Amino acid sequence: MSPWIVGFLLLIVYPMISSLYFSFTKYTLLSPPTWIGLENYRLLFTRDPRFWLAIRNTVWIIAVGVPLRIAFGIFTAWLLTLPQRGSRAYRTLYFLPSMAPPAAAALAFVVVFNPGFGPVNQILRGFGWHNPPLWFYGPGSSKWGLVLLGLWGVGDAMIIFLAGLLDVPRQLYEAADIEGATGWQKFRHVTLPMISPVIFFSLVIGVIYGFQLFTQAYVTSLAVSGTSITEAAQNLGSPQGSMLFFSVFLFDQGFQGFRMGYAAALAWVLFAITMVCTVAIIRGSRRFVHYQGGGFR
Amino acid sequence: MPEDIRRRRFLMSVARHAGLIAVAVGFLAPFVFVVLTALMTQSQAVTPSFWPRPFRWSNFTEVFDRIPLLAYAWNTTQIAVGSTIGVLVSCIPVAYALSRMRWRGRQLAFLLILATLMLPFQVTIVPLYIIWVRLGQIGHLTPLILPSFLGDAFSIFLLRQFFLTIPEELSDAARVDGASEFQIMTRVIVPLAKPAIAAVALFNFLYNWNDLFAPLLFVGTNQKLWTLTIALSEFTQRHGTEWNLTMAAAILFMLPVIVLFFLAQRVFVEGVTLTGVKG
Repeated sequence: MSPWIVGFLLLIVYPMISSLYFSFTKYTLLSPPTWIGLENYRLLFTRDPRFWLAIRNTVWIIAVGVPLRIAFGIFTAWLLTLPQRGSRAYRTLYFLPSMAPPAAAALAFVVVFNPGFGPVNQILRGFGWHNPPLWFYGPGSSKWGLVLLGLWGVGDAMIIFLAGLLDVPRQLYEAADIEGATGWQKFRHVTLPMISPVIFFSLVIGVIYGFQLFTQAYVTSLAVSGTSITEAAQNLGSPQGSMLFFSVFLFDQGFQGFRMGYAAALAWVLFAITMVCTVAIIRGSRRFVHYQGGGFR
Repeated sequence: MPEDIRRRRFLMSVARHAGLIAVAVGFLAPFVFVVLTALMTQSQAVTPSFWPRPFRWSNFTEVFDRIPLLAYAWNTTQIAVGSTIGVLVSCIPVAYALSRMRWRGRQLAFLLILATLMLPFQVTIVPLYIIWVRLGQIGHLTPLILPSFLGDAFSIFLLRQFFLTIPEELSDAARVDGASEFQIMTRVIVPLAKPAIAAVALFNFLYNWNDLFAPLLFVGTNQKLWTLTIALSEFTQRHGTEWNLTMAAAILFMLPVIVLFFLAQRVFVEGVTLTGVKG
């Protein structure tokens, strides 16, 4: 059993250290790496506006997308807890979109949200909105398109919330009813605290994966700009850089620009930021998370 | 039962149904639209009309003509199946060691494995890429399949959690009968853990089937070995305004996954809740 573990750690630990080393070098793969110290980091932070753009875009999508997704996940899970015939069929239906391959789903959304002939804008126009958003074709609205794509695929988060909601002890609701609590009060004082561990989990996972967002951003960006994979470098993050997320930026720098050292530095910055956010959430969680079994002491 | 209470209950039920259906429509609508668009002619696809006239079933076959879909599907299958086998072969023993055997450093090893879950893959991807370049494997399928044989943290975690729920007495009884650890693992634990193993297999299969970043990185330069995901992303570049074909391609791509999902539905839902989020 140990040999497996050793091999596994080696394939993680060695590249980690190696990538840390690379981040201090200039490396184009054509020649051995040359040590340039903190130069990559200096360039990152002071000379590269695209770095800050990538950070802003990524932080935006996390700050907006993750809470919305959690709220929508709780809402849809709650819908499924209502006593209703055929709720299992609804559960399957709600879960189905999250099963769609991300690349295909992203493309589907580009078409569905096409500003000209897509059904969404047609419906919006039907309601009297004369200039509906350009969605993926407009720099201001493209990220909202991604947010909606994330909400459409909320199934995986929803299932976890469903399990959490079903776990709330019924006596608590009954006690609240006896005290005359309204539906909203029951939600705030019984449901929310009881599912707070699930919210915590979803928050941490959502933030961690949010920082690594790649496929949907890359695919929609390519589809909208109409360039091929090989030409993509010029038009990265279209429209107008609004879809330039950290992972996409890193991919471009390292594997299309072949600036390996720079890409390694970017990766470590990403790691540091993710760690900081995760720790912040964990610290903050002590205040709002309530564990039924007494939790982790 | 008093008349007005009955009426109220009925209205509540209607309201609930309406809500459920409204949300369901929201979820299904994109699928429906994609299917309808895939059946339109090119000129009709860019118009706001909803219903294809005529129904162009030939769009689907045309996708096969435009790109070597079957070849790409074969590549993708190789990667997905190979990786899944690799994950099962490597993770089951590790999870077993972490949960059913006692040894020094067990907790530490588990924590280390967990920590790697938090590591963004971007950190390791650069040196890994370089390693494969030196081994001359860029443009081959190896970098996409081989690493699975060295374990995957998420799968190890899930399997370990499940193995822990199996009573220790069963292992003890087997040990008393003189079974080796390996035999206990294969004859006692694995059969009992079938739901968890199935869930792990499915998750990994799907993940590899859908992945874009790794295949793009390692075989992006070798068009013969492209996967379906890469082909789909490129499709819009070659055939940008032919949205009808693009949607047809998207559907062909989604189809195996959705079929698989319906066949294995229950396993999914159980598998996700198996990660034990209850605090």
